[in-house]
Amino acid sequence: MSSVELNQPKNSLSEIQRTQYPYVTGTSVVALKYKDGILMASDMGASYGSTLRYKSVERIKPIGKHSLLGATGELSDFQELLRYLDELILYDNMWDDGNSLGPKEVHNYLTRIMYNRRNKFNPLWNSLILGGVKNGQKYLGTVNMIGVHYEDDHVATGFGNHLARPILREEWHKDLSFEDGVKILEKCMRVLLYRDRSAVNKLQIAKITEEGVTISQPYALKTFWGFNAFQNPTAAAEGSW
Amino acid sequence: MFRNQYDTDVTTWSPAGRLFQVEYAMEAVKQGSAAIGLRSKTHVVLACVNKANSELSSHQKKIFHVADHIGVAIAGLTADGRVLSRYMRSECINYNYTYDSPLPVGRLVVQLADKAQVCTQRSWKRPYGVGLLVGGLDESGAHLYYNCPSGNYFEYQAFAIGSRSQAAKTYLERRFESFKDSSRDDLIKDALIATRETLQGEKLRSSICTIAVVGAGEPFHILDQDTVQKLIDAFEIVAEEDVPAAESGGADDQSAALEEGAPADQGAAPDEGVAPMDI
Repeated sequence: MSSVELNQPKNSLSEIQRTQYPYVTGTSVVALKYKDGILMASDMGASYGSTLRYKSVERIKPIGKHSLLGATGELSDFQELLRYLDELILYDNMWDDGNSLGPKEVHNYLTRIMYNRRNKFNPLWNSLILGGVKNGQKYLGTVNMIGVHYEDDHVATGFGNHLARPILREEWHKDLSFEDGVKILEKCMRVLLYRDRSAVNKLQIAKITEEGVTISQPYALKTFWGFNAFQNPTAAAEGSW
Repeated sequence: MFRNQYDTDVTTWSPAGRLFQVEYAMEAVKQGSAAIGLRSKTHVVLACVNKANSELSSHQKKIFHVADHIGVAIAGLTADGRVLSRYMRSECINYNYTYDSPLPVGRLVVQLADKAQVCTQRSWKRPYGVGLLVGGLDESGAHLYYNCPSGNYFEYQAFAIGSRSQAAKTYLERRFESFKDSSRDDLIKDALIATRETLQGEKLRSSICTIAVVGAGEPFHILDQDTVQKLIDAFEIVAEEDVPAAESGGADDQSAALEEGAPADQGAAPDEGVAPMDI
């Protein structure tokens, strides 16, 4: 065999273009279970590299009747996922037999897609949160780009894992009212806005209950930037810069 | 010789608008030993009659576990039944892998029927020679379907297929209205009585029948022989009190069991108005 042949692989697997890194990304999503269902929050920024390039991108979408999907990471991959899911829900509805996929089924389906794509070394570059209610059962789970998945009473992606989850662990309880749920989410989103450079002050909160999905109009949080910690951010971390 | 010029190939219509090969396949279902299914709101019971092919052999398995929520009873060519059961198992497993939830029974049945239908429209294939009673439980409750070689499927409250199934059907038709609210044990009892109806004279014993149950909180399973015998013993006494002697209707065709896998020259009763069988 000549070296020319060795240097020019012919099989299609080696010629495909894989996702090696993300281009346009969204930051954290935070979600929790409350008394009547699931609440989910995300801001509407999207960064091109580290440039805050887009400021009005919806990163929470309803999936079928019983589910809500929020995404962090590559936005084009999220859009591809939405195409898959639209098709999935369409074919599910076409049976017209009274059965429908619930949040648990959609979550598992997403898990299979994410893990399958990572096994092809061509991952969909997202962390996803799937929440929903079906037959009185609340469901909240997450999947990431390598297929790691779990369920919990409250979940967050990206920076939210570091900044929002500790707050949720502190303040979450299962009988949370809608108002209290929103309050906690806004607290999380405010912390993220202060400390996550890719977050923007324009967010949406979505609610899913047995009655269905409602996604809020975009709105901004009140902020106060005069904290001492903001004046001299390195004071508490001497020697780190 | 050929009595019918339209029956050599599945895809050729007769001028009367019939597909004889498909009808022959449905005839094969009638030849197999009986299979019975009935359901309440929460349970499905499948039953079948086991007939050994010869004195020296054991009988063939006619009830299959497809998934924890679905089981199937067959009549006709057991070999075809096995292939279809394997297909159903695989569909259930794949669905469960993808969605982490059980495949709705109705959907499995449609897939199965579509598979059977394809065989009625391809010149190089033959229809499956097996009828399947598919019983299962899903979100919308308990279901019982009959799946036929023609690709048709029907949902039933109770049904019987196979040889002398008419007697069982007559029994079920008389009683089905009460099945909806029946308890699990009453369903099994009705399944046993319906099975007995197909036996024509022969005594009902656990060695010649199989009973399987699936229901709320109860994954599909085949009852073991001891359990079945105990149930038979328990109700046989009652039967003498309140169940009239075996119906005469439908019990007058050939009594010797025409088994699946039996030699072809034992063909069906010729006077049934169906397509001629001797080729």
